[in-house]
Amino acid sequence: MTLVTQHKELRDDVLDGLQLSTRLDRIWRTPSGLIGALTSVDHKVIGRRYILTAFVFLFLGGALALLMRVQLAGAEKHVLSADLYNQVFTMHGSTMMFLFAVPVMEAFAVYLVPLMVGTRNIAFPRLNAFSYWMFLFGGCFLWISFIFNVGPDVGWFAYVPLSNLQFTPSKRADVWAQMITFTEVAALAVAVEIVVTVFKLRAPGMTLDRIPIFVWSMLVTSFLVMFAMPSIMIASTSLILDRLVNTHFFDPAAGGHVLLWQHLFWFFGHPEVYIIFLPATGMASMILATFARRPVIGYPVIVLSLIATGFLSFGLWVHHMFVTGLPQLGAALFTANSMLIAVPSGLQIFCWLATLWDGRPVYRTPLLFVLGFIVVFVIGGLSGVMVASVPIDTQVHDTYFVVAHFHYVLIGGAVFPLIGAVYYWFPKISGRMLSERLGRWNFWLAFVGFNVAFFPMHFLGLMGMPRRVYTYIPDMGWDRLNLLSSCGAALFAVSFILLIANVVVSARRGALAGDNPWDASTLEWATTSPPPSYNFDRIPAVDHRDPLWSDTESIRVVAGLSAERREVLLTSLAEADPQVREASPEPSIWPLLTALATTVFFIGSIFTPWAVLWGTPPMAVALIGWFWPTGSREDEE
Amino acid sequence: MDPHALQSADILRTFVVFLVVAAIVWIAVVVVLAAGLLRRPSPSQHALALDPPFENRAGQVVLGLGIATIIIVLALSVVSYAGQRSVFAKDPNALTLKITGHQWWWEVLYEADSPHLSFVTANEIRIPIEQPVRVQLESADVIHSFWVPSLTGKMDLITGQQNEIQFTAKTAGIYRGQCAEFCGLQHAHMAFSVIALPQDEFRRWREHENQSAGSPVDPLAKQGEDLFRARGCALCHTVRGTLAGGQLGPDLTHIGSRTTIAAGTLPLNSATLGAWLADPQHIKPGNLMPQMPLQSDELIAIHHYLEQLK
Repeated sequence: MTLVTQHKELRDDVLDGLQLSTRLDRIWRTPSGLIGALTSVDHKVIGRRYILTAFVFLFLGGALALLMRVQLAGAEKHVLSADLYNQVFTMHGSTMMFLFAVPVMEAFAVYLVPLMVGTRNIAFPRLNAFSYWMFLFGGCFLWISFIFNVGPDVGWFAYVPLSNLQFTPSKRADVWAQMITFTEVAALAVAVEIVVTVFKLRAPGMTLDRIPIFVWSMLVTSFLVMFAMPSIMIASTSLILDRLVNTHFFDPAAGGHVLLWQHLFWFFGHPEVYIIFLPATGMASMILATFARRPVIGYPVIVLSLIATGFLSFGLWVHHMFVTGLPQLGAALFTANSMLIAVPSGLQIFCWLATLWDGRPVYRTPLLFVLGFIVVFVIGGLSGVMVASVPIDTQVHDTYFVVAHFHYVLIGGAVFPLIGAVYYWFPKISGRMLSERLGRWNFWLAFVGFNVAFFPMHFLGLMGMPRRVYTYIPDMGWDRLNLLSSCGAALFAVSFILLIANVVVSARRGALAGDNPWDASTLEWATTSPPPSYNFDRIPAVDHRDPLWSDTESIRVVAGLSAERREVLLTSLAEADPQVREASPEPSIWPLLTALATTVFFIGSIFTPWAVLWGTPPMAVALIGWFWPTGSREDEE
Repeated sequence: MDPHALQSADILRTFVVFLVVAAIVWIAVVVVLAAGLLRRPSPSQHALALDPPFENRAGQVVLGLGIATIIIVLALSVVSYAGQRSVFAKDPNALTLKITGHQWWWEVLYEADSPHLSFVTANEIRIPIEQPVRVQLESADVIHSFWVPSLTGKMDLITGQQNEIQFTAKTAGIYRGQCAEFCGLQHAHMAFSVIALPQDEFRRWREHENQSAGSPVDPLAKQGEDLFRARGCALCHTVRGTLAGGQLGPDLTHIGSRTTIAAGTLPLNSATLGAWLADPQHIKPGNLMPQMPLQSDELIAIHHYLEQLK
């Protein structure tokens, strides 16, 4: 035995109060200044950026929607040319799906999941930073291309052969396909982080049946991302290869198959809907519990519904292809499977109704949005049952009926809970309350505007108006309903302006929120608003599904994490028993540099195959820098 | 949906069943939601002070509703499958047409047992009523979708494969159809008409349509025919019985008897035909037909020639 003089590490069990928080802040905070901003790996900093960026894309996509509504307000209008209109509707769909809906849900998860499970940072924080940069660069790439008149114009699902080189000789389809690659890389990265965070970083005692429902929904969503997105990345990469080096994946003349594209796309595209919708139901469950003043009825039912929806979502994709001439019996099976998804969705709604039935609802803006969500989403769900039927779908497929349906599902089912979530968690993120008065206006304008804009589209579809037409001839009788819809869209847009105004004003002058303004039950409300860089002074110890309701005076904590370096506590998967103290990475510039190198690689490779060759060394250098061993201390039991 | 065929009527029936069920479910949800909000439950001090019997009962109700949902969904699946069976039923004795989609118009081939009874036309499909019609669908370029809402649902025209759809019109009339799958710049202006005729009228039309173009009726038309060849029109268009045999654009053998021009973009009359010949890119920007450098007298002659191709 040799005598080792060992430096006794300072841990959070020997410090307290201000001394502890000062020390923790010194090791966890993001350095100030530009370098700090570019190197941050704090999940709250990145989550906030992610949310803001996704909302910028929402407003850009919304502006395009308004342009389309102006064009379609009357027959044979010439506000937009056919060429511009086709770019605009493609940009609208692509922006909303890939740059807003999926990223914004992941963004909220990046911010909230570590807080909800009671840890100091997300798992793989540098990957998290990398993910944000990839998302940002991919989004900018798409929009800058659009500004230079190279915006994609082949629809957000870019069917071949229209997107093949022969029919789209410009770079427009490449821009679309590579934007997909950017955003999918970003989404996959976040999915991995969320799964590991939920599996390994939960506070001690947060057993599987004590995980907040939003966290469950993000866990299921992350698995959907991991299984669905590779399919679209294969598709988009094959498309680029077809266009760049004449592979023949999708060229029927050379033995390729155009329906292969649709299978690959929708094998991703249908789960995509649940990637957007499931987090929103998670938000709805959280908001509902808080404002109904009781836990949601049927926690296990809701969790199992989320998981069941996840599984079922991979067996529905063919209902997007009912009119492609597939065998009839096979199509009928997909009808049954598509309708079955109504069962887990229905169970969730029944649980919410029961919760409201027994609860003592407090009508604040977040709850209004969730109530609006239930009313509107059920319409979208039911019209979804209709379009799942093969005979009905042959009539309404690719018409405005379907446009109405998926906006009821996506806006009703995801955006309404999302805006509710903004009102609900804004106080946590900013430390200030949003104005309740503006919030009510916001809700009612959104509710009325949305329905006036989209309900008439059901009728337009039944009257024979196909989607994706830049205009229509005057004697179809579609003018009045289109005009009505355009008016509704304007109203809906005003509601978003109110939201922006509310956020901008309240961020400076809103009432101070305090730790837990809504008297909610989950861990993110156990810390200050906004939370400190290290999230919690000490890691909470959980003994109840609603920790802040079960123990109102003070929450139990565990101690023993380092107060000298970044450390998180790993716990076991099922029971969340403490296992290991694990180092958490310091800020780093390498994720940004890697993202830049990847961006050059991705954009270059739509112009020349040589970019793959010359683009690889910078990426290799950046990754070596990223993973350069720094001799961190061994993990301790 | 305004059904004038067996198939569209079947679809409408299925749709109505679904609509009624959906309406009932939605109203039930909203009523329960409203009732739940209007209830005044006993005030309870604490969010976690739950009443176990109520929780149990609520769980049972939720599960019961879940089972009810399963039953409804299965029943609707059966209704849907029944509708699907009748909509997609096939009759081997159907009249067969082959339709090929082009950016942005429709080529229609009436097939017959002997080649001299087969002929090609464009953008206008005449069919007999009370007789099943089988349409074979192919595409020459990108994916299109054949859709006549009044007759039946849609079916895609997919590059590299042949699809098929059948329908039986019940009433005579003109039914508008439109491409339903986004197919590029002028997707919005890719329409067509289906004209359902009584059977003997259809037979007469078919006999006439099968004939080649008659010889020009007057000197101006003759001049038009010559110009049609000399000025390049014939490189893309066919007029059967003349030297014009181009394959890129629609067959114009009986253009004078059609009801619309530019794939349903405008009604066909003297004025619209003239406008189209003068500047096709103004009416339907991006279509394949270039603006031809024609003198006004040449234009008049070609216009006259086409009009008399009845």
